[in-house]
Amino acid sequence: MRTKRYLGLVLLITLALIAAPTAKHSNNAVKPVSAEGETIKVYTSWPLTGGTQAVGDSMLKAAELALAQYEEDHDGAGPAGFNVEIVGLDDASPTTGAWDGTIEAENAQRCVNDAECMVYFGTYNSGAAKVSMTITNEAGIAQISPANSYAGLTRACETCAEGEPDIYRPSGEVNYFRTNGTDDFQGPADAAWSYCLGFEKVYILDDTQAYGKGLADEFERHAEEVGLEVVGRASVESTDVDFRALLTDVLASGADLVFGGFVLDSGGPQVIQQMNELGLFEEGIYFMGPDGMASPALFDQIGGAEIANDYVYISFPGPLPSTLESEKGVRFYEGYVDTYDEEPDPYAVYAYQSMAVILDSIERAGVADRAAILEAMRSTTDFEGLSATFSFDENGDATVSGFYGYAVGDDTFIDGTLITPNMNETCEVATD
Amino acid sequence: MSIDNQVFLQNVIIGLTVGGYLALIALGYTMVYGIIELINFAHGDLFAFGFFISLTIFAKINPDIPLHGANLYLLLPGVAILTMLLTGSLNLAIDQIAYRPLRKAPRLAPLLTAVGVSFMLEAIYAIWKGPSQVPYPRYFPKEDYINNEKVISFFSKLGLDITTWRIVSFTTKDLFLFSVTIPLVIALTLFIDRTRVGKAMRACAQDREAAMMMGINVNRIIATTFFTGGALAGVAGMVWGLYINSGRFTMGFEAGLMAFTSAVLGGIGNIRGAVLGAFIIGMIKAMSDSYIGSEWTRVVIFGILILMLVFRPSGILGSTQSIEKL
Repeated sequence: MRTKRYLGLVLLITLALIAAPTAKHSNNAVKPVSAEGETIKVYTSWPLTGGTQAVGDSMLKAAELALAQYEEDHDGAGPAGFNVEIVGLDDASPTTGAWDGTIEAENAQRCVNDAECMVYFGTYNSGAAKVSMTITNEAGIAQISPANSYAGLTRACETCAEGEPDIYRPSGEVNYFRTNGTDDFQGPADAAWSYCLGFEKVYILDDTQAYGKGLADEFERHAEEVGLEVVGRASVESTDVDFRALLTDVLASGADLVFGGFVLDSGGPQVIQQMNELGLFEEGIYFMGPDGMASPALFDQIGGAEIANDYVYISFPGPLPSTLESEKGVRFYEGYVDTYDEEPDPYAVYAYQSMAVILDSIERAGVADRAAILEAMRSTTDFEGLSATFSFDENGDATVSGFYGYAVGDDTFIDGTLITPNMNETCEVATD
Repeated sequence: MSIDNQVFLQNVIIGLTVGGYLALIALGYTMVYGIIELINFAHGDLFAFGFFISLTIFAKINPDIPLHGANLYLLLPGVAILTMLLTGSLNLAIDQIAYRPLRKAPRLAPLLTAVGVSFMLEAIYAIWKGPSQVPYPRYFPKEDYINNEKVISFFSKLGLDITTWRIVSFTTKDLFLFSVTIPLVIALTLFIDRTRVGKAMRACAQDREAAMMMGINVNRIIATTFFTGGALAGVAGMVWGLYINSGRFTMGFEAGLMAFTSAVLGGIGNIRGAVLGAFIIGMIKAMSDSYIGSEWTRVVIFGILILMLVFRPSGILGSTQSIEKL
C-alpha cells in the first residue's frame, strides 16, 4: 500500500516536472504560463559557424527579438497561448566552414521527428533549401526562409533546372514560403541598374553554387537585353583564395564592371581585395555584388571598407535595417540595437519578418497541429512586414519585393535606390 | 606587346609566385616522406599556422602600415625567424606526440593520426581566429616596377616600350616573395647535399636501421627533419599572408593538397623534384585559371596527380622510395 502511494507521488512529481514550461529566454523569465501551457517549437537552420556566422548569428537574434516583441504586445503570452520555443540549429560544416547538405538534411529530419516542431525556419543558402524542402514537404511541415533567393525553389523560370519546383514538392502541396525577393528579379534588376550607372562592358563571375550561379545566369540573360556587352563569364571554386590569374583575364577583357554571384564565404571578398591589389579599380573597373554580400562583415573580411569605397555596388531585397521607415521597421531596428548593442545584419530584417509570419500563422491556426499551421501560413494575406505589406502567392512567394541598390562609400553602404529590371527604360545614364 | 602576350606573361609571373610558396610547403612533405615514409597530412596546416602566428606577432607589435625603414629591414626578418622557430617547434611537437609513438605501427596508423592532427589544427584555428576570412594587413610596401622610370628607360634601351603594358605588373611584393622562397630552397638543397646532418638525413632515408648501426642518432635526425620542414612551411605562410593579404582556417588544407601533388609530381622524397613539381603545378594553376576556367583547375591538377600515380609513380625526377609501397 505504502509503496504504491509513494510510487504515485513520484509519478505525479515527474509529470509535473515534464509539463512545466522550460525556461528559455532569460530576459523574460517572469512570463506567465499560458492557457494551454503547451510548447510549440520552431527549428531554425542556417550557418552559425563558418564564413557566414556573422549573418547567421544576427538572424537568430532577430528571430528571438521578434518573439520577445510579440510576447511584449500580448501581455507576455505567445501566439494562441502557446509557448513558442526557438531551437537554433547550425547547417554549416565545421571542416569547410560553409553549409553542408548532410547536416541540413539531419536538421530537417530532427524537426520532423520532434512532435513539438511545427515550423521549420530556414535556410540561408538556397542550395541547402533544396535538401530540406523535400523532407519538410513530405512531412507536411511549414517551412519558411529568411533569405533564399533562388527562383527555382518556388516556381519555374527561364534559367532554372528542369522539373523545378515540383521536384522539391513530392507531396504536390506547397509548404515552403519566403518573405524576400528572388534572383530572377534581382539579377535583371542589377543588370538594368548597371546600365543606368553608365557601365557598358561586364565580366560575370559566379561561385558555381545554386544561389551565385543562378543569379549570374539571370544577370547575363538580361544584360544583353538592356544593352550591356558581356565580355566574359567564369566560375570559381568557392574555397579558392587566389583569383589573380582570373582577374588578369578580366583586366585584358576590357570590362568596366565585374558582376560577382557570390556570398561572403565563397570568394566575393577576395575578388574585391585582389581587384584592388592588381589595380583593377585604378583602371576604372568596378565590382557589383548581390545581397549575399550585403553585410557589414564584408568590410572586415576585405580588411577595411576603404578599399571598396567608390568602386563597389551591392544590391539588397529591401532597405537596409538602419534606413527602415515603417513603424514596425523602426521598432525592430531600435529594439535590436538596444537589446544586442550592435547593428543588425541586413538579413536580420527578413529573419524578423519571417518569424513574425510564423507567430501570426500559429495565432490564426490556434492549435498545435502541423497541417493547420501550414494552412494558416499559406493563407497569409496583407501581412504588415517591416518594409512592405504583402501576401503569399500560390507558389509561396511574397507578393511585394523591392530591391535596393547601394554604393559603398564613406566606409558604409550609401545612396540606397530602388532598382527594377526595367529601370533602364526610364533612367538617365550616368556619364563618367 | 599584344594584349594576349601580356596576359600570358602575367600568368607566367603568377605561376612562378604560386610555385614559390608551394615549393616551400612541398619540401616539408617530401623530406618527411623521404625519411619516415609518412605522408604528413597535417603539413599544410603548418603553412596556415605560419600565416596566423606571424599575423598575431605583427598585431602585437603593431607597426605602421606599410613597413618602412628599420621596421622593413629588421622587424620583418625578425618576425620571419620567430615564425620559423614557432612553426618548426609545433611540427616537432606534433611528431613527438602523434607520430613517434607509432613509428613501428602499421603504416596506416600514423597516416590516420596525421589526418586527425590536421582536422584538430583547423578546428583550433577556427576558434582562435574565427571561421571567416582573416585579412592580413598590407604590411609590405607595394610598388609596381612596370611603372618605374628607371625600369622603363632600361627596357626602352632594349627597344621595348613597357609603358603600354597595362596588364603586366611586377611589384615589390612579387620580388619579396621570390627573394624569400628561392634562397631558402637553395639553402635547404645545400644543407642536405653538403652538411654532415644532411648526409645523415640522406642515410636515414636510404636505410634507417643501417644508419642507426653506423652511429647516427636517428631520432634526432627525424626531429631535425620535422623542425626544418615546419619552419619552411611557416615562413611560406607568412610570406603568402604578406603577399595575398587574406587567409582562412582551411587555407592549409587547400595549399597542402597542391603541395602534396607537387611533391608526387616531382618524385616524392626527392628534394629537387618537389621544387620542380611546385613550379609546374603553380604554372598549371595560373594557366588553367586564365585559359580553361578556374572551376576546372582542380580537375586538371588532381587529374595530373592520378595520371602520375598510375603511369609514373616515381615522379618526374624519380622518387627515393616509390610511392607504390604506400
